[in-house]
Amino acid sequence: MSDAAPATSRSPFDTLAAAVPMLRVAEREARLWRRFWRSSALTLVLMPLMFLGAMGLGLGGLVDENTGSVGGVDYLAFVAPGILAASAMQGAAGQSLWPVMGGMKWIRTFHGAAATPLRPGDVFGGWILWIGAREAMNATIFVAVATLLGAVPSPWGVLAVPAAALTGLAFAAPLSAYSAVQDSDLGFPVIMRVGIVPLFLFSGTFFPVAQLPAWLQPVAWVSPLWHGVELCRGATTGSLTLASVGHVAYLGACIAVGCWFGVRNFASRLAP
Amino acid sequence: MPEPVGATSAPLIEAKALTKRFGDLVAVDGIDFTVDRGEVFGFLGPNGAGKTTAMRMIACVSPITDGELRVLGMSPRTDGPAIRARLGVVPQEDNLDTELTVWDNLVIYGRYFGLPMAQIRDRATELLHFARLDDRRTSRVDPLSGGMKRRLIIARSLINRPELVLLDEPTTGLDPQARHLLWERLYRLKREGVTLVLTTHYMDEAEQLCDRLVIMDRGRIVAGGSPRQLIDRYCTREVVELRFELPEQQDAALAPLAAFGDRVEPLGDRVLLYTSHGDEALARVTGDGIRPESVLVRRASLEDVFLTLTGRTLDE
Repeated sequence: MSDAAPATSRSPFDTLAAAVPMLRVAEREARLWRRFWRSSALTLVLMPLMFLGAMGLGLGGLVDENTGSVGGVDYLAFVAPGILAASAMQGAAGQSLWPVMGGMKWIRTFHGAAATPLRPGDVFGGWILWIGAREAMNATIFVAVATLLGAVPSPWGVLAVPAAALTGLAFAAPLSAYSAVQDSDLGFPVIMRVGIVPLFLFSGTFFPVAQLPAWLQPVAWVSPLWHGVELCRGATTGSLTLASVGHVAYLGACIAVGCWFGVRNFASRLAP
Repeated sequence: MPEPVGATSAPLIEAKALTKRFGDLVAVDGIDFTVDRGEVFGFLGPNGAGKTTAMRMIACVSPITDGELRVLGMSPRTDGPAIRARLGVVPQEDNLDTELTVWDNLVIYGRYFGLPMAQIRDRATELLHFARLDDRRTSRVDPLSGGMKRRLIIARSLINRPELVLLDEPTTGLDPQARHLLWERLYRLKREGVTLVLTTHYMDEAEQLCDRLVIMDRGRIVAGGSPRQLIDRYCTREVVELRFELPEQQDAALAPLAAFGDRVEPLGDRVLLYTSHGDEALARVTGDGIRPESVLVRRASLEDVFLTLTGRTLDE
């Protein structure tokens, strides 16, 4: 700006946001979140913790009595990373369907942003970035509480936070790309029921994939959630291996493909 | 408004054979125009004439298909973000952030432009005052009236101190009082040296606000000039509007009426008689025994220019 007075101070964030425009989009979400975090925290943090209590402690007691351990750890430690990754998926999916349609069609806030120096790719990138940040915050709280409950046996458990964020992004990027070009939200409940819920149940979240019928196991391997669960479990139980690198790569690939379509689809809607 | 160093009389916007196609549909069909610094320039035309598409190309949110376009001396093809940084945009459809307060709408928009917080606070306070929304600062957007929302969008579009403001149908859907308040705010911007480009399908808005305008129809520019020039060039000075009780009476009157004016234009519900002296012509019409149910003598307007050029009314 030609009239930027030297007297006006720039915070470190200002400098960063000048270099990385998508941060400005994420900032809008952060400001909104700051106002409404209490109500969202209730559903997004309390729900997984209730699952942890019911499945890990309640059901887990029964399981441990009968089997001794699941995958080498007690059931609470087995199921905690599963719930963590699955919650990241659910949270990210919820943010990538109706809110994206809101920004594109209903409230049209994305169009407002696209009229500024921000490019459609910045709008998409900032949106995704924020979802990742939010899932990382939720995961931090979850991992902290799970640790107190004795559900995280390994100090490597801190790595479950980025692992959960990565899992969320593997869903946020492709789903946001998809939502951006839909003409109505009719397909969204179908995605939740036919996509997200089955993945939630059958991706090694509550029981090892080996329990599935043989023909279903390859389906689980395709599921980004399975890779996310395995990654989180590797972190919390301290059993990260070379396979973990593969999980990161798989999730990374989902994010990359989602981002490619996302940038393209946001541009086709915001700058046709 | 500070002028960039070296700013001369070079036009702010320059379009040559500017074209936009969506598949087979030609939305803008090779239009030429220039907009100079400090003027209010208008695109007048009915819905679907290509006004909004032209504006979106200028705003660098719609890539041009063909032809040339320069905005603020830069090319939208390569300098989109740099151009947008110096534009203010008031879209046709409200896209205010309904989840945020009035104040936060301004702040977030300032952040989108990468402005530092201290500067945004100063400007937002100033702009709320400009938009006469000082007392709505903490209100949410939803409960605001249509006129207030429009004023807030205009305030928002000024957060980056733009040299050029694009307004797409700025007063559509507003009641007369809200429109006049908005026009008055736009005059003030003009006085401050801001260049305004607007689209409208209201001929009174075009006449009131525009120094110069082009009339668009089906993707093309059919005429251009100041409102006065256009009326002088394409119309007589006055118009007599005659309404008849029955359609048959109107049909029967058409042939004799032709003798009393320069041109006769039959519309669905009335006949327009173009003439340089309305009262005189009317006296001769009634003297001839033609008995319309009601008559109105008025000055010719841009609506008549549009009708003359296209054979249709603006709201058809």
